[in-house]
Amino acid sequence: MPIQYYIFFCLTLFSIGVIGVLTRRNAIIVFMCVELMLNAVNLLLVAFSKMHHAAALKISAASTAGIDAQIFVFFIMVVAAAEVSVGLAIIVMMFRNTHSIDINFLNRLKN
Amino acid sequence: MSTIEILFYALSAFAVISAAMVLISKNPIHSVLWLILVFFAISGHYILLNAQFLAIVNIIVYAGAIMVLFLFVIMLMNVKTDNEPQKKLLTKFIGVLSGGSLLTLLIALVKQTVQLQGKEVMMKEGTIGLIHPLGKALFSDYVVPFEISSVLFLSAMVGAVIIGKK
Repeated sequence: MPIQYYIFFCLTLFSIGVIGVLTRRNAIIVFMCVELMLNAVNLLLVAFSKMHHAAALKISAASTAGIDAQIFVFFIMVVAAAEVSVGLAIIVMMFRNTHSIDINFLNRLKN
Repeated sequence: MSTIEILFYALSAFAVISAAMVLISKNPIHSVLWLILVFFAISGHYILLNAQFLAIVNIIVYAGAIMVLFLFVIMLMNVKTDNEPQKKLLTKFIGVLSGGSLLTLLIALVKQTVQLQGKEVMMKEGTIGLIHPLGKALFSDYVVPFEISSVLFLSAMVGAVIIGKK
């Protein structure tokens, strides 16, 4: 499969995430769209790692090139899990204070 | 068309449609369920790339843990779906327009890039995505970041408890 197809697919998913962040006002949906963008990038990293691995296998049959990217994706998932727990705690706190999950309420942080 | 191509197109279409439904659904719970479908489609892509470890981790961590957390928070807050504030139509239109132009720009850029022409992704073969080489690399070369990530989890847990207690 050519790498371009994977890039196009991941770009589509990423753009859908961007559109969601720009058009929705529900904080949880916005947060979910950020997760969608993270996942699109993860998939692209794995696709690139397999592309790199295919090129390295032609030079040496025992090559493990490209394994770093998969470890990197694993760490992205770890950090995303930590991020979600803190982010949802912030959203719950915001809901307790304002009784709404509208992100426009957050502009009172300006004052 | 080979089986892999058919699977690739089917999973891609499935993922894109589900991702669009995440935005279109009015009810946040439906959005969460559609997003779980997107994650399953992405796990299918990982299996297609023979990254089996990441496929399983994606299902367990994302579709299992994170989305359950989302569902839990949504049901805990019990938000009314009918009076959810909507953005103005002009703002929505501008948002879709800017997202679409980002997509168009990047696709045009990728199409013109010479370095990416003729590069093939290795499908269903290769051993780097299996659990044995990944575990070896994780516990030898990357053991320090692995341990640091446990500290990160501890701090995230403490942070979530402190924020939630107030």
